[in-house]
Amino acid sequence: MKIMLVLLALMALSALWSVMTSLFLRAAIALALTSVLLTVIMFRLGAPLAAVFELSVCAGLITVIFISVISLTQNLPFKEQLARRQNRIARFRYLPVILIIAAAGLFFVRVPLNLTLPWPGAALDVRQVMWEVRRFDIFGQIMVLLAGAFGVIILFKGSGKNGR
Amino acid sequence: MVADATTLFWLFFAFAALVAISGLYCFLVTFNLLRMLIGIEVLIKGVTLLVIVAGYLSGQMALAQSIVITVIVIEVVVMVVAAGIILGFFNLYDSLNVKNARNLKG
Repeated sequence: MKIMLVLLALMALSALWSVMTSLFLRAAIALALTSVLLTVIMFRLGAPLAAVFELSVCAGLITVIFISVISLTQNLPFKEQLARRQNRIARFRYLPVILIIAAAGLFFVRVPLNLTLPWPGAALDVRQVMWEVRRFDIFGQIMVLLAGAFGVIILFKGSGKNGR
Repeated sequence: MVADATTLFWLFFAFAALVAISGLYCFLVTFNLLRMLIGIEVLIKGVTLLVIVAGYLSGQMALAQSIVITVIVIEVVVMVVAAGIILGFFNLYDSLNVKNARNLKG
């Protein structure tokens, strides 16, 4: 329980860091760290397949995509970056206060739920759920992937006309 | 046992809510497209944590894992398409400020 508490606190802090940090590269690294911590939490809760997906896709692929986009779009001079950083800090200074208020609110306002932990081993296998119970989700995932692929093709086809 | 499950739920719910609030605030406050994407990503992390905990507490971990895998697939597609849109936007305006999108014609 203590380890889980530490993991959750670290995850919340890394999420806050990814939002608050001024450099995009640091934000991408913090985001990957958040994914890694979420992976460990999932693994400890007994969700190894989702944890592997989270680690390989969110901590790996999405970080690579972020860093590629950052390297392709960052061309501001240092002075302008500094000015924008000051402006950004002014806008983000309320976030820690809001988080502290929300944490205090969640700590004091607890609705009694009467939850019980389930019997271990009573659940279905994830492969059975994925391929038999939730078969329509696979169809949806394929459609989403195709839509994404076509979207990227159309976007890059359109940006090529600018000659840049 | 009852107190354990309820405490566990509130603990996870509190941290998932804090992560989601961070992402939502980032999404609402910033004008930078890339930072908006980071906000969406952080928001999805909070939601994923909550789905896994719901699966753990209801004994439907297989269903929760299936839903999380679906969420991850959708998340990747959203990120890839958004990255393409950001690159196209940057090619057009040399900036990532979303205020420039007011000049776009429909």
